[in-house]
Amino acid sequence: MTAMLEINDVHAYYGKIHALKGISLNVEQGEIVTLIGGNGAGKTTTLRTICALMRPTSGFVKLNGEDLNKYKPSQLAAKGVAMVPEGRGVFSRMTVLENLEMGAFHRKDKAGIAEDIERVYALFPRLKERHGQVSGTLSGGEQQMLAMGRAMMSRPSLLLLDEPSMGLAPVLVEAIFSTVEEINRQGTTILLVEQNALMALQIAGRGYVLQTGEIVLSDNAKSLQRNAMVQKVYLGVE
Amino acid sequence: MNAIDWRRAIRIGLVLGVAVLIASVIGMVQTFDERDMIEDILTLGQLLLFAPAVYAGYSAAGKSEERRVAAPPLLAGLLAGLLTGVPAVLLVGLAGWWTTIRDYFVNVSPQLIDILTFGRGALQGSLMLLAVMAVLGLIGAAIHLIPARVRRPLVNATLITLIFSLFSDVPLNIANQFLPRDIVRRFFPTKGVTQLAAVIVFALSLAIALWWEFSGRTRRQQRMATITAEQRRRNSLIVLAVSAVLLLVLPSILGTFLTNVMTQVGTFILMALGLNIVVGFAGLLDLGYVAFFAVGAYVTALLTSTGDLGLGINFWIAMPIGVLAAVFFGIFLGIPVLRLRGDYLAIVTLGFGEIIRVLVRSDLLKPIIGGAQGILDVGRPSIGPLTLVTPQHYYYLLLAACLLALFVSWRLRDGRAGRQWMAVREDEDVAEAVGINLVGTKLLAFAIGAGFAGLSGAIFGSRVGSVFPNSFELLISINVLAIIIVGGVGSLPGVILGAFVLVGLPELLREFVEFRLLIYGILLIVMMLVRPEGLWPSAVRRREMHADEESPPSVAELEAPRHEATQPMV
Repeated sequence: MTAMLEINDVHAYYGKIHALKGISLNVEQGEIVTLIGGNGAGKTTTLRTICALMRPTSGFVKLNGEDLNKYKPSQLAAKGVAMVPEGRGVFSRMTVLENLEMGAFHRKDKAGIAEDIERVYALFPRLKERHGQVSGTLSGGEQQMLAMGRAMMSRPSLLLLDEPSMGLAPVLVEAIFSTVEEINRQGTTILLVEQNALMALQIAGRGYVLQTGEIVLSDNAKSLQRNAMVQKVYLGVE
Repeated sequence: MNAIDWRRAIRIGLVLGVAVLIASVIGMVQTFDERDMIEDILTLGQLLLFAPAVYAGYSAAGKSEERRVAAPPLLAGLLAGLLTGVPAVLLVGLAGWWTTIRDYFVNVSPQLIDILTFGRGALQGSLMLLAVMAVLGLIGAAIHLIPARVRRPLVNATLITLIFSLFSDVPLNIANQFLPRDIVRRFFPTKGVTQLAAVIVFALSLAIALWWEFSGRTRRQQRMATITAEQRRRNSLIVLAVSAVLLLVLPSILGTFLTNVMTQVGTFILMALGLNIVVGFAGLLDLGYVAFFAVGAYVTALLTSTGDLGLGINFWIAMPIGVLAAVFFGIFLGIPVLRLRGDYLAIVTLGFGEIIRVLVRSDLLKPIIGGAQGILDVGRPSIGPLTLVTPQHYYYLLLAACLLALFVSWRLRDGRAGRQWMAVREDEDVAEAVGINLVGTKLLAFAIGAGFAGLSGAIFGSRVGSVFPNSFELLISINVLAIIIVGGVGSLPGVILGAFVLVGLPELLREFVEFRLLIYGILLIVMMLVRPEGLWPSAVRRREMHADEESPPSVAELEAPRHEATQPMV
């Protein structure tokens, strides 16, 4: 069986800095896979490589067997890849509803779009309450919800989440993660990049541990939670 | 009763006093004194001296709501007004004692001293100036004592009278179109207005303002509340029809001089609408925008000129070629620079604008485009047997061009392209992630913006009849940028209003050409402090600038740290 997302021996550079030193990972249809690691490990770079925002110097990224690097970043939405960037990039001068509509930018089916807006409102009732509000005035948690909702508007088969918990209060982090699980139950495959390894490993099926541009561990989430190195470095268990 | 802030009163008085002193020393007061506003009563120079005293008194006395008739606020006003006069009096004293002062301050002339002392000699005049300033401060403070419903109409009527007499060229030229000369003379002497005219204007505007304050406003509110959607639509149709007719007959109402000013304004409206797409909609700061104006002007001029360098082609064929050339240059410049963001883009476009200017000036290209001598005898468009020559003719050409540009801007803004631009302006990465092609989006903005500027340049060259490198200075780019900032970035009516304020008004105040940039600078600073969103902002921008006032912070906002809204550079 071929994986939905297959990354094979990818190297990438920022100028002379060797950011990814041969990353290989794969994500199967319907999974939640998490990529954990500290600051500067290359988590975001990996996501940028998948989205074609960065070109790997060698190796390949394939989605359902098709090489993603021949596409422009703007063509990936139509391929079923949606990304929620770090720091929740919302269009801060647009309203919540306008942001969601932007998420469906490449789609032409008006009825389907209206349906999906309702679906997003069902996932995040808070967004429905605030649909007319300028998104720059939303709270951090609401902006994260909006960024995820906007990503869902392209009906992605693969959703890439970059540190959704960043800067949020613990109670909001839990809410966000349970919505991630819900999105996955509804049929979207998820690659979750997180520093909050504890939370990420609770909802993920499998995980990869990234250190200074290399994958040092990969296993199912349960085993990773029990792994001595992961416990020491990422879960803070002595 | 609140205590009066005496230190504040002193500070306001002295600050404004120093401002008056500076205005005197740089020659502003004397130059402005030559401009009569109300015959034998007030010159602009005197207004420049006296208005600060009134304002000092007004603001030293504090907020209107807190005040009842009482001595302290009046005294504060008196003091602030007096202090406003002190630096000028010191200048008078200094000039009397230090006879060679003009070697250092050329503008401290006997005429200036005469103006400051009302021609009464140093001692008596100085005392008189102090007394006048103090009384004006007192009057300023006393404004607070008038009940609000009378105060507002009174202040407005005074301002209207002052504006009317300052821009008396406008009513004068209109009156000249319809009334015999001797009647016009009774209201408008060579400069400014007569006392009779000032009284009439004041009385009329006061009457209207009072009526509005006491009856009109509520009546209008009642009508707006009961009006049906059907009536509202009809009303806006009527407004539209009336403005259309007005725009069509305007040249015959305004007369040649004012129509000429209108064509000048139209040229800038066209450019500003183009830059508004680039800066306002797509958020790309372009400081070399004048280059596209130059390309449009030069290409059209070269094709149509009947001189040595030109080809003598028909204007109507040449103009679209000029516009296309500008569009091509927009794309040509766009492809390499659009990878840059924000300030870097601004610097590169600034350089590009300068390159174009240096190139057209250069000896290298002189055999082709005339160098510093420019291109003469630019062709004029003709419609059937009529060749466009007068400002009136060009008014209609520019009107058509502006309406076209307005329509295109409006449709693009509300369409898919507008959304794309807005998304790119907000966050380029996210825009790409939702499937927007960055390069195509930015190039579209650049190309359309350049096209509008090219059209403006093509008409400009033909209207003026010649094209010189000097017409395409950096200052034009800055000017156009200032228009959209003052008007309101991204707002179509704002852009038009901005062009009238920053291009039209200075044309009417030609006398103070040497202080024009100074006034301009002060105006921009005041705008940024008082009304950063522009005179007529777009809905989005108004929302953004006043978001705090409209929506109180939610519970969620208190729970989580607020994400800083990214502020664009302009």
